Amino acid sequence: MSLTRAEVEKVSLLARLLLTEEELGWMTEQLGAILEYMALLGEVDTTGVEPMAHAVEVSNVFRPDGVQPGLDREAALANAPHRDAECYLVPAVLGEV
Amino acid sequence: MPEPYTVVIGLEVHVQLLTESKLFCGCSTRFGSAPNTQTCPVCIGMPGSLPVMNRRAVELALRTAVALNCEIPHFTKWDRKNYYYPDLPKGYQISQYDLPLSRDGWLEIMVSPLPSGEGPGVRADVLEEGPHPNPLRAPTEGWSGEGTSSTKRIGIIRAHLEEDAGKSMHDEAAGKGDSRIDLNRTGTPLLEIVSQPDLRSPEEAKTYLTELKLLLNYLGVSDCNMQEGSLRVDANVNLHINVAEKGTAPEKGIVPLLLRGQSPFPAAEGIIATPIVEVKNMNSFRAVERALAYEAQRQYREYQETGRKLGEAPKSTRGWDEASQTTRLQRSKEESSDYRYFPDPDLAPVIVTEEEIEQIRADLGELPAALRTRLEQTYGITPYDSDVLVNQGRPLVDYYIELAEACGDGKLASNWVQQSVLRTLNERQIGIAQFPVRPAALAELLSVVKSGKLETVRARDVLQAMLETGKSAAEAMQALGIVEVDDAAVEALCRELLDANPKIVAEVQAGKEKGVGMLIGQAKRKNPNLNAARFRETCLKLIQGMN
Repeated sequence: MSLTRAEVEKVSLLARLLLTEEELGWMTEQLGAILEYMALLGEVDTTGVEPMAHAVEVSNVFRPDGVQPGLDREAALANAPHRDAECYLVPAVLGEV
Repeated sequence: MPEPYTVVIGLEVHVQLLTESKLFCGCSTRFGSAPNTQTCPVCIGMPGSLPVMNRRAVELALRTAVALNCEIPHFTKWDRKNYYYPDLPKGYQISQYDLPLSRDGWLEIMVSPLPSGEGPGVRADVLEEGPHPNPLRAPTEGWSGEGTSSTKRIGIIRAHLEEDAGKSMHDEAAGKGDSRIDLNRTGTPLLEIVSQPDLRSPEEAKTYLTELKLLLNYLGVSDCNMQEGSLRVDANVNLHINVAEKGTAPEKGIVPLLLRGQSPFPAAEGIIATPIVEVKNMNSFRAVERALAYEAQRQYREYQETGRKLGEAPKSTRGWDEASQTTRLQRSKEESSDYRYFPDPDLAPVIVTEEEIEQIRADLGELPAALRTRLEQTYGITPYDSDVLVNQGRPLVDYYIELAEACGDGKLASNWVQQSVLRTLNERQIGIAQFPVRPAALAELLSVVKSGKLETVRARDVLQAMLETGKSAAEAMQALGIVEVDDAAVEALCRELLDANPKIVAEVQAGKEKGVGMLIGQAKRKNPNLNAARFRETCLKLIQGMN
């Protein structure tokens, strides 16, 4: 199984990565090689093996419902590239979510 | 003319669960705080932070799912739904994909039967109606008493637990410029309840929402405050248009075909489905009803113009615009269908045992549908009356039950609660807990009414006095000068007036009993405490004795 250039273009859009024509070329090759290598796993006979939903055999990890101190606003906004006194600022969000 | 189509509606409802803290961290969920004052490294997506599940949120979600008659799988897990948006700091939302905590449930709603000769099309008058006169919930339009309604089960596809995103604010007036992001809401627990496309009219959609909200209130799992975003509704809607012959072009004047209760997909022969539209931005149940009514008519017009069917155009999203009362096409997020879900490695799955589910079921308490039936059976009131009472919430029902038990007359108690009590609550904008006259005190008054010693009109004055002065029924009656008129006094007054009015006596003897009514006014002037019915009865008895 090999990856097409169109698939890499789509994935790069989803990841918000702007790739040049050249980068798209070698990225398609390298990602394809990785997938092909992973495809080796497909050769294992998994008949009768239950699929895992989680890597760790742990379940029901809870915390009680209680308010804990968080960050003050200055700390929360400290790394924002753009901000005003109260909020993070981002390029205009137009249209509805 | 009935519309030649059936409206097919499915609703997605997001409710905020009543927890103190967020789903995966200890930040407060309080509404209305200053922006970005309720955050921590977990909910703003700092690298290295780890989410831990809020036990209460899972409990409330399961409680709701059990009440919605859902199947609760033994094993449930959380997944990452990946997309980029400024109000989603982690770049993914923690939600549930293939193993939600519940599925395949139902909610029963009351529906009015279709008027004979009418198809299930949209009632045009929904668009023209003004605001409802009763600020409290009125029963569904079109059914006004016993025997005129039936129930319908609306399927629930799933109810799953996920986290909310933040809030983005854009100042349109300021023109261009930046959007402001407040992350206080990020990570708040939401239960997403997805219905089957079983709803067949905007009114049914509203009825479903009203019943769902009532259920959530009784369960105590959410405050369902739409203004504060605790309950949000998105609707998926399309039309099944009946075309006379297979493959004909759209035409008018076609006999409607009922599709009630049938699965809408795939459409039956001779039925054409229009492309599905998701309607958003509806801020009240009324807005949902109006948006759906508008959207149905718009889709029919569009179909007549373009002939486009389901599958020939992609699913689109439209926003309800309250100002223009129309839906408008919204720009959809690019590639938004590709969320690349995968299991969240930071969260452990949850395993729910049969015993836990049974415990939840046992703790549900009495839910609206069962409560309505009990009130009807125990107190002999009509389904209409039980609906009005139950829709006011459990505290009012408890008041009613106490009153009905104390006065021994469920119907009388129901009338008084619906008329005098609810009117006062409305006028004073208070809840039943603040109503000054407790059930025992009101029962004392109703007992006097029941005995026939006090007329309803006078009794209302007494209640008014009780409300204003805090007096008991007996004290208030005394203060108003209301004393019971004994039989001898009634008889004396009757004799006096009959003697003075031989013409009326003659009329009654000639069979015109109505004549007695003319004496009631005079009698009341002589003694305002007189019971008109007793006076009338006594007069007729005396006249009979004269024969």
